This record gives sequence, structure tokens and C-alpha cells, in this order.
Amino acid sequence: MTIAADKAPPAIELIGIDKSFGPVHANDNVNLVVERGIIHGIVGENGAGKSTLMSILYGFYEADAGEIRVNGEPVRIRSPREAIDHGIGMVHQHFMLVPPLSVLENVMLGAEGGPLLAEGAGLIRKQLAELGREYGLEVEPDAIVGELSVGLQQRVEILKALVRGAEILVLDEPTAVLTPAEADQLFEMLRVLKGQNKTIIFITHKLREIMNLTDRVSVMRRGEIVATLETSETSPPELADAMVGRKVILKIEKGPARPGRVALEAKDLVVRDDRGVVRLDGVSFALREGEILGVAGVAGNGQSELLEALSGIRPLSSGEILIDGEPVPAPKRNPQMERLLGVGHVPEDRHRVGLVMPFEACESAMLGFHREPVYGTGLLYDRRAIIGDALHKMKAFDVRPPSPLLKTANFSGGNQQKIVLAREIERNPKILLVGQPTRGVDIGAIEFIHKRIVAQRDAGKAVLLVSVELDEIFALSDRIIVLCAGRITGERRPEETNAQDLGLLMAGVSERAA
Amino acid sequence: MSSPLKPLPVWADVALIPLVNVAAAFVISGFVVLAIGENPLQAVQSLILGALGDLGGIGYTLFYATSFIFTGLSVAICFHAGLFNIGTEGQAYIGGLGAALVALHFGFLPGYTLAVAAIIGAALFGAAFAAIPGYLQAYRDSHIVITTIMFNYIASAIMGYLLVNVMRKPGQMNAESAPFRDTALVPQFHEVLAYFGIKWPDTPFNLSFLLALLCCLAVWLLIWRTRFGYEIRTVGANPTAAVYGGISPARVTVITTLLSGALAGGMAANVILGDQHRLILDFVGGFGFVGIAVALMGRAHPVGIVLAAILFGILYQGGAELAFDMPKISRDMIVVIQGLVVLFAGALEHMFRRPVATLLARRTTHPPI
Repeated sequence: MTIAADKAPPAIELIGIDKSFGPVHANDNVNLVVERGIIHGIVGENGAGKSTLMSILYGFYEADAGEIRVNGEPVRIRSPREAIDHGIGMVHQHFMLVPPLSVLENVMLGAEGGPLLAEGAGLIRKQLAELGREYGLEVEPDAIVGELSVGLQQRVEILKALVRGAEILVLDEPTAVLTPAEADQLFEMLRVLKGQNKTIIFITHKLREIMNLTDRVSVMRRGEIVATLETSETSPPELADAMVGRKVILKIEKGPARPGRVALEAKDLVVRDDRGVVRLDGVSFALREGEILGVAGVAGNGQSELLEALSGIRPLSSGEILIDGEPVPAPKRNPQMERLLGVGHVPEDRHRVGLVMPFEACESAMLGFHREPVYGTGLLYDRRAIIGDALHKMKAFDVRPPSPLLKTANFSGGNQQKIVLAREIERNPKILLVGQPTRGVDIGAIEFIHKRIVAQRDAGKAVLLVSVELDEIFALSDRIIVLCAGRITGERRPEETNAQDLGLLMAGVSERAA
Repeated sequence: MSSPLKPLPVWADVALIPLVNVAAAFVISGFVVLAIGENPLQAVQSLILGALGDLGGIGYTLFYATSFIFTGLSVAICFHAGLFNIGTEGQAYIGGLGAALVALHFGFLPGYTLAVAAIIGAALFGAAFAAIPGYLQAYRDSHIVITTIMFNYIASAIMGYLLVNVMRKPGQMNAESAPFRDTALVPQFHEVLAYFGIKWPDTPFNLSFLLALLCCLAVWLLIWRTRFGYEIRTVGANPTAAVYGGISPARVTVITTLLSGALAGGMAANVILGDQHRLILDFVGGFGFVGIAVALMGRAHPVGIVLAAILFGILYQGGAELAFDMPKISRDMIVVIQGLVVLFAGALEHMFRRPVATLLARRTTHPPI
């Protein structure tokens, strides 16, 4: 690895960047130097200002103060178009692709080169072939983007940037949507790009990726860059400390499980999604009181459908669910009934499912329980009871600020998640279904949420935990089952397994085959 | 690149923005009046005086406003469930049929219970006519905008047929029903006040106005203070969360459209039972469509709807007087002015949002999270 800091000017210099949104100081006098030809990681909690900083670099916002230099030249970047002109390309977390169009058409979009497409298309086709050879970024140019895997779609995004002459590539949380194997491929690709003297800025909140991939790392906290370190000279605990500003326990303290009776049993569940595709294919397991059963797997292998089926949102095509040994008959299987049977459900997606963002927090805090008499026995709601109940829940779960009348959308991700947890746990369910409890939640809140889940187990509740974060599965589970393509490919105890072993199961290499 | 706006303070949202929108509509209208060679200031004066200058004007203004409150509420309640009911026009029309059938055939009912029954008839018929698009939306995924637009034509055809061929009094040229008996009528205010010895000019302004205000209160309570209102708002704001919360969006959709149709029927009660005293052709006359503008301008809130309804009442009544005072300004001109108000308050509702927000707070943006 050569860092040509002495001769060539840095690829990017951000000097004294300041940006406020009303009272929120999103970027506070940020100074960042990114050398040419390296992979520079930026880590920080949600809301630390990473995305704002990159949006300023890519021209989505203009900074209130400060200077941007590209290759030593001061520049003004007022739009993404100007950023592209300066050789800056961005790969967004949510792809900016047109699914029904082909790869070629997507890459060409905005660079058609004239009213007739043939000439431009030929040129781009040649460029794609060259890039494919040079960087190992082969994609079939005539494939329809919507039919490609997520990993390949991301590759198309990168190609789009390269075709437009990007020398500096910004990737915003690129692995959030990828399987572990796809992430590895992405890292390989980025290393090749680095070898060709491209500069890569890699934004993430996963420390493992920083350690794996980057040459240098900057840590952001509350709008400031608090440290810039050589990756080889730092460690995950040091970075985590810098991110939150205090020691965090990445490993949760928990005693041995004392499993009791079977609380929930799934027998040969077959579940189809909205399009009729089978997403769960004969899944059976038993969940006992006083244990946390972790469901591991790459996202999209049936975990969501499992949660939806168990919580009564999605009907079973066949199979049976038993609660306390009693089968739940199909007509009764709806979310309302399941709640009455003592099933709490923290859904995977709090924005789309778990909360109603425009509602006051107190209204979100009664979703699903809104018919209960505690909120008023007559025709009308008892507002005081609703607000009091929400305040009680918010205090019990340290939701900040504890303001029941504040709009749900105005809470941070971690506090929104705490509202959902408080709603489901404070009802004292026998069975708790938890999906991705810490997705998009900052480290401080992760610890809190993990402790609460373990506390539920210790109180004798049966907890089913679905998570795509292996660290979380390992930290919390007493037993782990692995889902792949809608089937259970294996069951393990956390102390008897490791990430490689689970990785094989997640990839569908089942025990008998291995 | 535009950035999301900081939310406006409530007072700006409910009062300032609508006022700015209406002012803009009036300024443009002023130029139109100028263009046809009349004095816009004089026109405004004529319009205001015509609508609010004397008790008679006020009576007509409030009579129109009553209709707008009903149609506005009808559209607004659907807004809360995320439904765009364009069918208030047709539902009010069919509601009029319900009122007339009760008024003509339930004569055995004692005293003013006949009027009450006729009002209920209007609500039931309006609801029944809304039920079909509601059901199709809920269980057959037929978009309610499309079905309600078509149902307006169906309503128009049904009523034309019935009035010409079935309900017309034999030997009568006009396509209208026989007049109702007195106990089927909603008393007009000047009659009520005369009973107490107070003089008020003879206007169609009737007790339906009180019913409209009562409906406003009821809708407010329903939406913000009851379980069903909570379910309506949840379905409107986040249908997947509603399903998760054990709410059936289909059921909410059907019941909400029923309520919407019933409120539309209130408009028929105001016009048919309170003013015309017989069923006539085209008595809705676009009031259902204006209800969309009223609901938008009133931000689907009952208080806002009352204010917007009164504004539109002023435009209707004042506009009629204006056409009378200034012959150059024809009835069509009034429609232009009303159209501009609808345009600015409805379609371009958000146009002044950004400038106003910028004025109120220098920093208008919001951190990306």
C-alpha cells in the first residue's frame, strides 16, 4: 500500500464544514482529509452527521460555512451534477436504479449522448466491457436490473459512477442490503478499485467492516470528527469508545437459561408471500418459556414471513401453530386474537409496521391495544388515561424525551424502537416475538434493548429473536435455528458454534450434506 | 436540491397559509376584473356587501355555507382514512331522493318527526350509494376515485329518469316531484325567529345549519376521540401498521365511506327539505365537488371546514350579487373567481408553504436521518 501524501494533493479536503438544520448542528466545523488511492472509512452512530457530510460533498446540500477541495483545488459543489463533474461518484444505500430497464439503459440514463440512442449505447457497451475487464466488474449489459440480485444491482450503481468518470467513490452503508457473501465480493471489488488508484470513502456503522476493509478511519460523533486513525493501529473497542464517547459492553451479561414448558410450537408451517411464492416450507420448532430462540439467516429467507405467520398477520397455507399446547384455529388467527392469547410482537420494520409516524407518541404506544378498556370505558377515549399510560411506558423504557404528545416521527430511531418494545413488553406477554430489535439503533440503545430482552427471558417469557446481525444472535440466544430458503437448515447452541459454522448453514449447506 | 421543511407552527398552518392562498386568489381575480375593464376594488366591495352587507345576504351566505359544511365533512372524513371520495356530488343527489321518498310517502308520521325521518332518509340513501364504491375499494381493489366519479354519472342518470318518468306529477311540465307537506320541511330561521317575535328577512337559511354544526362536533369527536376514529386515522396514515395492530382496513374503508355518504345526504336535507320543498333536477349543482376544495382548505378539520364553507358561501352569495351589480361581470366570471380560490387553496395549497416557512424561520431545513 502506498500513500502518496508527499507528492500528490489529497483527493478530498473538507475544511471547517459547518451545517445546521434549524436548532440541530449536524456538522460542526468538520475537517477531513482523504488521501488519493486509499479506502477511507467513516464510522459513527445514526445521526452522527455522516450522511449530512457526504450529502454536502455530493452537492445535495450546501454547507453553511467551510471549503471543499478536490485534488487541492477549492471547488463549489451545488448539485450532484457538479460533484460528478469533479469526479465524485456516490452509491446510495437505496439504489437509484430503474428496475424494468436493462443494465445498459440504467448506466446510460442521463448520459445518452444525443437524441438517438444507438451511438451512445454502443459507446457505453464498450465502456462496460472495458470496466468489466479492468476491475472484474462483469455484468450482463442486457440483463433487466429488476431481475438481478441486490449485490449485482449495487455493482450496476458502481459502474454508473465509473462510466461517468468517478475517481472518488462514496459508498453510503453499502453492506446494509447485502448477504455476507455479497459483502465479501463488494470488498474484493473495492480493493481492486483501490489498486487502480481510485479513492473510496466508505460509510458504515459496522466496526467489523472498517477493520476488514479500510486503510484509514474517521470517527464522527454528534456532528464532529473526533478521531482519524490508521486502521492497522486501532481496534474495534477503541473505535466503539470513540463513537459513543464512553465504554460500551459489547457482550451482554446473562446467566444460563432455565427453559420451562413449551409455550409455542410450530408444526410444518408453509407460508406464501403476497405473490404466492412459498417463503416458509415445512418449518417446525418449539419455543420454551424462559429461553431466547434465535433465528439466524440472510435477510429474505423466510424470517419476515415466520414472524408474520406467528403474529397472525399472514395466513398459513398449511401447518399448525400451538400456543400452550392448544392449536390456534385458522379463523381466529389474526393479530388481535394473538395479542389476547399473550403474544407480543416487535416487528422488524418499525416505520412501516410497528408505529404510525404522524401520530403522537401516546397514540403509537397503544397501537394494537387501542380497544382495551384502560383507555376509556365509554364511547370516547379517556385522553388522560392514554397519556398517562404512554408516560408510564416511556419512563419504564427510558424513552427520551418522555413526551407522550410529541409526534412519533420526531423521536430518534432508538427511542422509537423503545416505544415499540415498551408497548409490547409492558403488556406482559407470555410469548415475545422480536424482529431486528436493534436495526438502525445507536449503540447506547442497543445495550438497553438487549438487557430488556434478556430480562424478559429471565422472567420466564418465551422469546423468539429474529435478527440478521450474527453478533446479536450470539449475544442473546440460548438456542439458534438457521433459516435458508424457507427451511430450517440447522440448530445450534451458541457456545458450540461459530460464525463460520452458522455461515455454512445460512448458505444452505445442511447438516446431512456437510 | 430542495430539502424538507421544518414543520410550521400550528397557527400558521391553519390560519396564515389559507389566508395567503385566498389573498393570492383574490389578487389574480382582481387582474381578471381589471382586464375586462371593471374596477376590482368596486367589485370586491360589491361582493362583500352582497354576501355580508345585510341580514338577507348573510342568510343566503349561511344557507350555502351549510351545504358546503356537509359536503366538506363528507370529503374530509374519507381523507382521514386515506380515501379520496369524489362521489359526494352523486351521494348528495341520491340523498335527496331518500329525503323526498320519506317526505312524500311517510305522511302518517306525526308532526315534525316526518322532517326528522326525511333527514335520516337522506343520510341513509347517501350512505347506501357510497357503500358500493366503498365495498369495491375494500374488497375488490377498484380505486375509489374512479368508481365514485362514475357513480356521479349513475346518480345523475337515475335521478333524471326518476324525476321525468316516475316522480313527476302528472300534467306537470317541470321534472320535479310533488311539493312536500309542511311537516316534512326543515324550518327556516326567519320562521323560527318570527315565532319569537324577531324579524329576519325571508331567506332559505334553515335549521340544517345547526345540524351541520352538530355534525362538525360529532366528526371531530369521532376522528380524535373514539376507537373507530383511531382506526380510521391509522388506516389512513399507515395501512400496514393498521393490519399489525389488528385493524381491518377493508372494514374501516367500508364504514368510513358509509359515514361519508351519510354526511353528503345532509347537503340534500339542507337544500331539498330546507329550501326547495320538493325534489328537483340538479339541486346539488357542483356543491359536492366544491366540498373537495372546502375539505382541502379546511385541512380536513371541522373548524377549518366551517371557516372554508363560510368563505365559499360568501363567494356564492356575493358572486350572485356582483353579477347583478356589474353586468360586465357575468355569472361565469364568478365561476372563474371561485375556480381561482379552489386552485390556490386546493391544488396549489403548498405553493406558499416554503416562502412562509422561510419567512418565519431563517433556517428551514431538517437534518437527514
